[in-house]
Amino acid sequence: MTPSESEPKVPFWLDPGKRAIGFQIITCLMVGLLAWYLVNNTLVNMEKQSIASGFGFLEREAAFEIGESLIEYSASDSYAKALFVGVLNTLKVSFIGIILCLIIGLFIGVARLSTNWLVKKLAMIYIEVMQNIPVLLQLFFWYALFYEMFPSPRQALNPMAGLFLCNRGVALAVPASHPAYFQMFVALIIGLALGFGLKRWVKKRKFTTGRDFPVLWPFLGLSLGLPLLVWVLHGAPMQMDVPELKGFNFQGGIMLSPEFFALLLGLVIYTSAFVAEAVRAGIQAVSRGQTEAAMSIGLKKKHILNLVILPQALRVIIPPLTSQMLNLTKNSSLAIAIGYPDFVSVANTTINQTGQSIEGVAMIMACYLVFSVSTSIFMNWYNKKSKLVER
Amino acid sequence: MKPLKMVVACISILAMSAMAMAGTLDDVKAKGYVDVGINGSLFGFGMPDEKGEMKGLDVDTAKAIAAAVFGDASKVKFTALTAVQRLPALQSKEIDVLCRNTTQTLSRETQSGLNFVQPNYYDGQGFLVPKALGIKSAKELDGATVCVLPGTTTEMNAADFFRANGMKWSPVVIENTAELNKAFFAGRCDALTSDMSQLAGNRSVAPNPEDYMLLPEVISKEPLAPVVRHGDDQWFDIVNWTMMALIEAEELGITSQNVDDMLKSENPGIKRFLGVTPGMGQMLGLDNEWAYNIVKQVGNYGEIFERNVGPDTPLGIPRGLNALWTDGGQMYASPIR
Repeated sequence: MTPSESEPKVPFWLDPGKRAIGFQIITCLMVGLLAWYLVNNTLVNMEKQSIASGFGFLEREAAFEIGESLIEYSASDSYAKALFVGVLNTLKVSFIGIILCLIIGLFIGVARLSTNWLVKKLAMIYIEVMQNIPVLLQLFFWYALFYEMFPSPRQALNPMAGLFLCNRGVALAVPASHPAYFQMFVALIIGLALGFGLKRWVKKRKFTTGRDFPVLWPFLGLSLGLPLLVWVLHGAPMQMDVPELKGFNFQGGIMLSPEFFALLLGLVIYTSAFVAEAVRAGIQAVSRGQTEAAMSIGLKKKHILNLVILPQALRVIIPPLTSQMLNLTKNSSLAIAIGYPDFVSVANTTINQTGQSIEGVAMIMACYLVFSVSTSIFMNWYNKKSKLVER
Repeated sequence: MKPLKMVVACISILAMSAMAMAGTLDDVKAKGYVDVGINGSLFGFGMPDEKGEMKGLDVDTAKAIAAAVFGDASKVKFTALTAVQRLPALQSKEIDVLCRNTTQTLSRETQSGLNFVQPNYYDGQGFLVPKALGIKSAKELDGATVCVLPGTTTEMNAADFFRANGMKWSPVVIENTAELNKAFFAGRCDALTSDMSQLAGNRSVAPNPEDYMLLPEVISKEPLAPVVRHGDDQWFDIVNWTMMALIEAEELGITSQNVDDMLKSENPGIKRFLGVTPGMGQMLGLDNEWAYNIVKQVGNYGEIFERNVGPDTPLGIPRGLNALWTDGGQMYASPIR
């Protein structure tokens, strides 16, 4: 008998494989139908109640002012631009927040495992307290502290030249604009690229020949030395843009608002406690034997951490770290409570003015989806890269 | 079984959406109460008192609607709404009418599918500043930081005012009113801007109300009016003429105290108004005693104003624009005939 004869022909509705595909198609159809029904129903009802729909409003004049902006913005610009200002503000606080969070989290996480009793307990108290106070309360606290603690602009504290602290924020002197700065920025990029190239070359050489090469100093020299060289070549411009009290507030320099500080501080302190726990868990996940083995072959202490412990710990740390980074970005929408003009705050004003809540909420959802997915993709790429390569 | 359940669910959703077609008056009567959107935290307009009972000008307006529909001013259910929630709540039929210090604007009537009735309060936007700032006019606010109570027209009016006068400013917009007040009183901003009536309330909760003053400029017109959905003319008429009735009662000198005596009046206008001569209520689809019930249970517009925001209340707002037209104000009822 041939094999085909041994199996009786199964009708397709009894074949588990085909049946599974069939159910998938039916499910897709039903979900699609439901989605179509909901969208259609919404549109028909909005039409019936003569509520405007569509994204045409984005081109209309926004007619409201925004407290702080990374780009030039005025009330006569369009809603689209106002929303873009909001996106940039969210990105600004999230990006700086994530960087600070990683640094502080790593530091506290390592401190939590210190053999020094005091350091260990302090880190533990920080983690336990900050994790358990809701982030919104922390925002209110830091914001109130800022405007209660510092004097009005006329009595601003001036701890050092070019720095003013008052309840309107921190005014900081910055170098007055000069063509040199853009070239210095380019030089920095080139320096960094050369530095990373050098690092790769050193690593490769070490694998093939086993010989070491000090990478830190040449790296710093390249990335900082090049911009410095450009600066000197331009005759070392020293002109500063110093903030000055004019009328109600400081003019010139850069002004960092209390809202930005309070939001950044609240988010970083709250999230870094979680990051610290992830770091601790990661380090503890690496078995003690690894350290002992590394020690037994005579590796130095810094090499043990860099070459043995951290590469293995990272595999455990990265996934929870990703979710903390996403949390920080999403929590930044609490900005509305303390008046930092983030994306949600601007979108809310837009919804309020145009009455087009469906479009507005859709944009908020889409925006945070993009933030989250791109963070996630980047972190997954990094996770893959730092995975243990088994040989 | 599961796919079957889903089909049943889909069909019932379709059936329900087909049923929800009746007019608002029928819905309200079937429910037995009027669902009213209210501010919930605005002193003098809509805020619970120490006993937890809703009090305020907007609250009394809502009670007048219930009195007109049911003959019972207590048949109201209040839903506290934020500035962002209020319009969608009305659009999605979560509430029947919005009585929440909402300014009538062209874009709201045309883009949001809403209709505003006769205003129950004529307001205008102003500025509250610390006296220590030493300024006498809003024109001196160039370069100032201004705390803005969120709300659409507020942010736009302020932006328009500064643009029109060629002045720079920077806003601090905080959604939570209490937090914004705290920031302002701590000196985070040079000025606080909002409707005059709200600023009066904010000032009354300041640590030292005497240290703050209202600048003379009123930079906008804010006719605050109850709102209903587009497309239900009968319900619009009922809410609109309830407002008219409150004003008409004051014009005719009818109060909650003397309304029973007024039933014996020979004045044909009063007889028509109170339903002694029947007809007016019927035209609205209500009882002929609709206006009698409003005045008897809630009072006339003047009584409502004096009770909630007038000179003898902590807000201490003079009648001003909200006086009857015969006293130089804006309150004017179209003829009830």
